[in-house]
Amino acid sequence: MMAGLGTFLRKELLEQWRTLRLPVVAMIFLLVGLSSPLLARFTPDILEAVAGDQFQVVLPTPTAADAVDQLAKNLGQFGGLIAVLLAMGSVATEKERGTAALFLTKPLSRAAFLTAKLLAIGLTLGVSVAIATAGAWFYTLVLFEPLALPGVAAGGVLQWLTLMAWASITFVGSTLTRSSLAAAGLGIVAFIVVGILGVLPNVGTFLPTGLGGPGRALALGVPGPDPIVPTVATIVLIGATGLVAWLAFRRQEL
Amino acid sequence: MTAAVSAPSATPAEAVVHEEVAIRARGLAKRFGPIVALDGLDLDVPAGSIFGLLGPNGAGKTTTIRILTGLARPSAGTATVAGVEVGLDRPELRRRLGYLDQDPRFYPWMRGRELLELVGRLVGLEGADLRERVSSMLERTGLADVAGRRIGGYSGGMRQRLGIAQALLDRPAVVFLDEPVSSLDPEGRRDVLELIEGLRGETTVVVSTHVLSDVERVCDRVAILDRGQLVAEAPLDRLLAEHLRPLYRLVPEPGQREAVAGFVERVRGSPWVTDIVTASDGDVRVTVRDPAVAGAALLAMVVDQDLRLAAFERVRPTLEDVFLELVGTPSADELDGRGYVRPREAHR
Repeated sequence: MMAGLGTFLRKELLEQWRTLRLPVVAMIFLLVGLSSPLLARFTPDILEAVAGDQFQVVLPTPTAADAVDQLAKNLGQFGGLIAVLLAMGSVATEKERGTAALFLTKPLSRAAFLTAKLLAIGLTLGVSVAIATAGAWFYTLVLFEPLALPGVAAGGVLQWLTLMAWASITFVGSTLTRSSLAAAGLGIVAFIVVGILGVLPNVGTFLPTGLGGPGRALALGVPGPDPIVPTVATIVLIGATGLVAWLAFRRQEL
Repeated sequence: MTAAVSAPSATPAEAVVHEEVAIRARGLAKRFGPIVALDGLDLDVPAGSIFGLLGPNGAGKTTTIRILTGLARPSAGTATVAGVEVGLDRPELRRRLGYLDQDPRFYPWMRGRELLELVGRLVGLEGADLRERVSSMLERTGLADVAGRRIGGYSGGMRQRLGIAQALLDRPAVVFLDEPVSSLDPEGRRDVLELIEGLRGETTVVVSTHVLSDVERVCDRVAILDRGQLVAEAPLDRLLAEHLRPLYRLVPEPGQREAVAGFVERVRGSPWVTDIVTASDGDVRVTVRDPAVAGAALLAMVVDQDLRLAAFERVRPTLEDVFLELVGTPSADELDGRGYVRPREAHR
């Protein structure tokens, strides 16, 4: 079932490094992580300086909560887009180039081929979210107040799960088609549709967007929505997309 | 002008009844909607042979290989490779085969040696055995000096050599090479053909190509496909012997297109001619009933037609002659825009 997984995963990780996907994504996420507390802290000052004497800007004094909110917003948008970009060509490009045919005439199962790819995307996003979260935690400490590291880390894990949901939906598109653009289209449509559905009462809890509230509460160490339901729902969604990808891919001609 | 050779003289099953069979196909068919790419192929490839799969572009060679390597699903029929039934997701099948695509592509960021090491690990090699096999294949394919370079910088010929190296790395029971020398220069072609020849008896090699001289050099058995159907399958020497007919070869000087066409038409109408074809290199090949009569008559017609010749000889038929006799030269109407013979359409 998983013949060749370890070997092909090593190749996928090497590819993430050699093609600079991992370093570039990590660098972008680090900038997002560092800039989020900075924006939260200095946005009132910037607005005040821009407004000058024309009118008076009254904004509440920024807090660590603003830094956490800014990080969640930035990672949700930039991170979501990057998750789609990472996954869009993962299988489609290999089918189109013919490299999938090369390796799938070796003792490498199709399940292992897909799993290795999804794990490598997950690792790249995981490392990048960890770097972003660490950077944000440090600047929040410098500019505001220290936040409990375990809570911030737990919030980061939920953020990573959200990004993995977008990546795995795009991954299915990449498996079903030979077109990276079609896969990206599916990911972006899902991103928008889930974002709209997420604001509906009782529905958002069961979607990846439902992880935002619990993640914020965990990072700030304050009471908040229960993370269990959206976490389980998102893991089930990722698993289901992986299963759909495998069921489709195992019957595809290459 | 396909000749009236309906089938091999013995069915494949009869032909190899006493031999160990590496590949067996029965009624293998592949349809793409109304298009018939492969039509009921029966094939037996003896173990240890170097088997040439011939046919014009679009004959079904690559489709056959794709089915036998588990990359495509047959519309009908069954096949086994090294005793394992073919299918789409069969790692146990792939442990027994090596495969080279007609246009091998690899990861441009990867180094040649790394690719072979990756393939080696996938096929179960490790440690010193892996290093020894990788180094040996790099040497045999002439890539040792560039093994540390990224594949993105390789030429087409180097990629083809690398493709051959990965296909042969673990000495698989059956190797499928789809157009293995198409991108190589003459020296590389010679080296790779020698490499393939060296595999005789060691592993079963299926070579798909339309370079017939290469097939004559390395293959001991051939199958000829035309529009998805098997038109001949036999040991090479037997195929040549069965089609041994008196044959004259005329090599016209260049720049006489109209004169050659007129000559061909005139010869075609003669009672002693059984076939006349213009080969891909411009040579005119005339198969005759009575060589004594034909030799004199041909020379007279050459003089009458004022045709200037670089050569005129009576020759032993080559595989190209047999191929042209069985498959014929497709007319312009029979070719699509890519130069492929149009496949047949299924009866609705």
